[in-house]
Amino acid sequence: MEFFIISMLNGLSYGLLLFMLSSGLTLIFSMMGVLNFAHASFYMVGAYFGHTLSNWIGFWPALIVAPLLVGACGALFERVTLRKVHPFGHVPELLVTFGLSYVVVELVQLLWGRTAVEFPPPEILRSSAFTLINHSANGLSVVWGAAPVEMCSAADAAIRVVCSPFPATRGFMMLVALLMLVSLWLLLTRTRIGLVIQAALTHPEMVEALGHNVPRVFMLVFGAGTGLAGLAGVIGGSTFVTEPAMAATVGSVIFVVVVVGGMGSLSGAFLASILIGVIQTFAVAIDYSFLTLAKDMGWALSAATQENTFAKLTLSQVAPILPYLFLVLILIFRPKGLLGTRET
Amino acid sequence: MSYALELQDVRKNFGKTEIIRGVNLAVNAGERVAVIGPNGAGKSTLFNLISGRFGPTSGEILLNGQAIQNKTPYEINRMGLSRSFQITNIFPKLSVFENLRCAVLWSLGYKYSFFKFLSGLKDANERTDELLDMIHLDKKRDVLAVNLTYAEQRALEIGVTIAGGSDVILLDEPTAGMSKSETSRFIQLIKDVTVGKTLLTVEHDMGVVFGLADKIAVVVYGEVIAFDTPEAVRANAKVQEAYLGSPVADSQVGGH
Amino acid sequence: MAAVYKFKPYNVGRWVIWSLFALVLVASPLVFTNNLSVTMLAQMGIAIIACLSYNMLLGQGGMLSFGHAVYTGLGSYMAIHALNAVSAGQLNIPVSLLPIVGGLTGMGFAILLGWVTTRKSGTTFAMITLGVAELVFAMSLMFSEFFGGEAGVSGNRVAGQPFFGITYGPQIQVYYLIAAYTFVCVALMYAFTQTPLGRILNAVRDNPERVEFIGYNTQRVRYMAFIISGFFAGIAGGLAALNFEIVTAEVVGAARSGAYLLFTFLGGATFFFGPIIGAILMIIAFVLLSELTKAWLLYLGLVFLFMVMYAPGGIASLIMMNLRVAMFGKLRQIWASYLGLGVTAIVMLAGAGAMIEMVYHLQLNSALGDTVKFMGATLNTKSLDSWFGSAFVMLTGLGLFELARRQFARDWSEIQTDIEKEIKRRETAL
Repeated sequence: MEFFIISMLNGLSYGLLLFMLSSGLTLIFSMMGVLNFAHASFYMVGAYFGHTLSNWIGFWPALIVAPLLVGACGALFERVTLRKVHPFGHVPELLVTFGLSYVVVELVQLLWGRTAVEFPPPEILRSSAFTLINHSANGLSVVWGAAPVEMCSAADAAIRVVCSPFPATRGFMMLVALLMLVSLWLLLTRTRIGLVIQAALTHPEMVEALGHNVPRVFMLVFGAGTGLAGLAGVIGGSTFVTEPAMAATVGSVIFVVVVVGGMGSLSGAFLASILIGVIQTFAVAIDYSFLTLAKDMGWALSAATQENTFAKLTLSQVAPILPYLFLVLILIFRPKGLLGTRET
Repeated sequence: MSYALELQDVRKNFGKTEIIRGVNLAVNAGERVAVIGPNGAGKSTLFNLISGRFGPTSGEILLNGQAIQNKTPYEINRMGLSRSFQITNIFPKLSVFENLRCAVLWSLGYKYSFFKFLSGLKDANERTDELLDMIHLDKKRDVLAVNLTYAEQRALEIGVTIAGGSDVILLDEPTAGMSKSETSRFIQLIKDVTVGKTLLTVEHDMGVVFGLADKIAVVVYGEVIAFDTPEAVRANAKVQEAYLGSPVADSQVGGH
Repeated sequence: MAAVYKFKPYNVGRWVIWSLFALVLVASPLVFTNNLSVTMLAQMGIAIIACLSYNMLLGQGGMLSFGHAVYTGLGSYMAIHALNAVSAGQLNIPVSLLPIVGGLTGMGFAILLGWVTTRKSGTTFAMITLGVAELVFAMSLMFSEFFGGEAGVSGNRVAGQPFFGITYGPQIQVYYLIAAYTFVCVALMYAFTQTPLGRILNAVRDNPERVEFIGYNTQRVRYMAFIISGFFAGIAGGLAALNFEIVTAEVVGAARSGAYLLFTFLGGATFFFGPIIGAILMIIAFVLLSELTKAWLLYLGLVFLFMVMYAPGGIASLIMMNLRVAMFGKLRQIWASYLGLGVTAIVMLAGAGAMIEMVYHLQLNSALGDTVKFMGATLNTKSLDSWFGSAFVMLTGLGLFELARRQFARDWSEIQTDIEKEIKRRETAL
């Protein structure tokens, strides 16, 4: 039971992290038609900036400054490079961000080295947010913070006690993501610039025709989107690991999220992020394969079936491909995406 | 004998907005029909419905007696209907010759063939040369479509439309953006290349309309309020009301 | 694919060009005889087929794929399994025909995966190819029987009956097999561009909507092109399996797909021969450049960025533009500007390169000491002189380059206007 709750929360936190990333990607795509191939690279840059800044000025100031720096870099890139390529069409824009992703990875390795760097979370977040204790006699209970050792073991050998901690970093990730979600929602629905962005989500040309300073808005949106990625980077980098490969691991998943959710749909990106986050987290933890299922159900299998690679595959082994499997299924059965509004 | 093109109570809604509100139209083979009406009346939408760009919310569209509503554009084209576009819609990086040749390939049965060489397709190349002469672009044979003048591109647009030999041709504002002299030459071109075909053309220029059309369909607010010979339409009170706000004496209407 | 500039009087030139191509293929290992060269030539042949097959999608069809390595890679895997089956006596196919096995595999997977992939176009298509590529790569780690796990699958190309005494043991024999396949595949892919499907594919690239209105199902056109491209990709993969005698999971990886994209684009996607240039550059970069400097991926990325911004038609388009200038006899007017551009660029890049090399040295090789050799000079990463010197060289070069560039831009546009006038004059004279 506690496994389910903790895994669910872990999955939600991962999903919310994915959403932090894919929301920026969706905003940029909807406003500008550019699919920012380098979005995960900005995520990585955010983590590295966070790492260096927190060594200079501490974690909490770094949490604010790093995303701003990343956003500034994004805006600069838009101004210098993307804007130049904009008249050539969407494919060159995609190619330019593709080239940028190469360059960023190399620059990061150049400046910070090829191995992972230490980016520990601040003191407050180092322990658990809460611990679930499953006492076979007393049932399920919750303790805030880390549970003291005595509570996790029982003197009596017959009683089983399992302590499942929920890391504070994960909790913080969820908090920031939810705050970001709420502020984004408020921004989009309650402010004027939000209204413009909402309109541009489905009708970008019309927004242009209405006379908004489109190049400047583009630069701001690109900067904001990459800034969000940077924020996700600071949090992700301190919760997980900060290394040059982090862009690649999360990069393709967020593209899947965006396509599965429906290109240009923020709510679709939210739904897809949570879905993929939860399902993948659960899958990684489950060691069930078809064979174990058959054993549990009491089915008799032939020797050949028992040797079959597919049958032997556990869910945890399959977990890495689940998002991509999703992608293929969505494309077959619902090509517009879960909540897609625009046909590309 | 069925009509070349028939619309039966065709309706189209976009969301909650009714754009086409019950259009009935029957065009005989070989007729030249001009579709006129104020801006926003739904003329281009009608063309899009007929050519298969999107499907009607309800109603039937019949091409030579066969239902074509909700069919894909290529199915409709293969059944004998072609259309041109108001905003020139050609293949910019191909030459004029290649543009036209692409448009004749299906009608000559070459389909998705990758075992024949284009240079060896005598009938395709001859037909393309014929078309080049018809639209007077033979001097620009190898020029890239993107490098043509506006009027030349419009001519190529017509060429691509008629290349497949369809019997029913829809032209969406073919003379849009042209000068007076270009327009009159262009109208002659349209007359020449659509001999014997059924033609529907959206037009705003009344001179063109009265010179070219056997019948005029007046579309206002998503409905066809009149479908008759030019003289009858000119005298039609409803039409006068739609264009000028109130019925007018004969002498004041129709001139330009 | 329609060449932008047709050389009308040179129809006999077609035979000359193809003969020259065949000659180059046959004679290169006789000119570049050392082992490394022959190895590189063999890899170039494979890369040429792969990049041309990729350009069928990108340049001819307007389809940006991030997952082409799936089809070359799966072709490699199937070919090496077939090779092992031949070695074990289970399969009786001559080794020379094994690349066709690769081709059929590539085609088969393209039929299977392509149906889903080509349902969309543009950016969504690109994302789908990315997702499918990741799917296949992730699967390669799961199914170790087919994919061989971490160690990959190895084979021995000396298998079965020798073919007229050819065992494919020595590299030179493999090279000539590759050369033969390269010639045939290039010819076939060129022929494809001259067929109805090839031309309609170009039309789909230019205006996918209009194609529907002239009677063609756009998705079907894309799907068929995808399948044909997959066939040739598989052949390239099969040849690679024979050449390297080992296939590991990286052959279906994102890096490989990215390389195809990068170099095909660099070579030039808008001309048929562009990817050939790109393929040659790819092998030179991977084999030679990577030895020369640790910063080669960075340089590659930067070159790619500049190409997309300033020369989106690739090297091929640069060549053709200058060929056009030459044809109108205006090349002598501009060579001085080119010289200025070249010299200042070299100065600027030398300075920038020196600094980058020093940073890389600090990062990676500091255990080896403080000095790094760059372009014949010895730089000391710990000494301020080296740093200031390089920065100075770079900034001076940058300033001079900007001046040279402006002059060049002026000269170039002047020449272009002259050429336009000349073209108009010739048109009206007809």
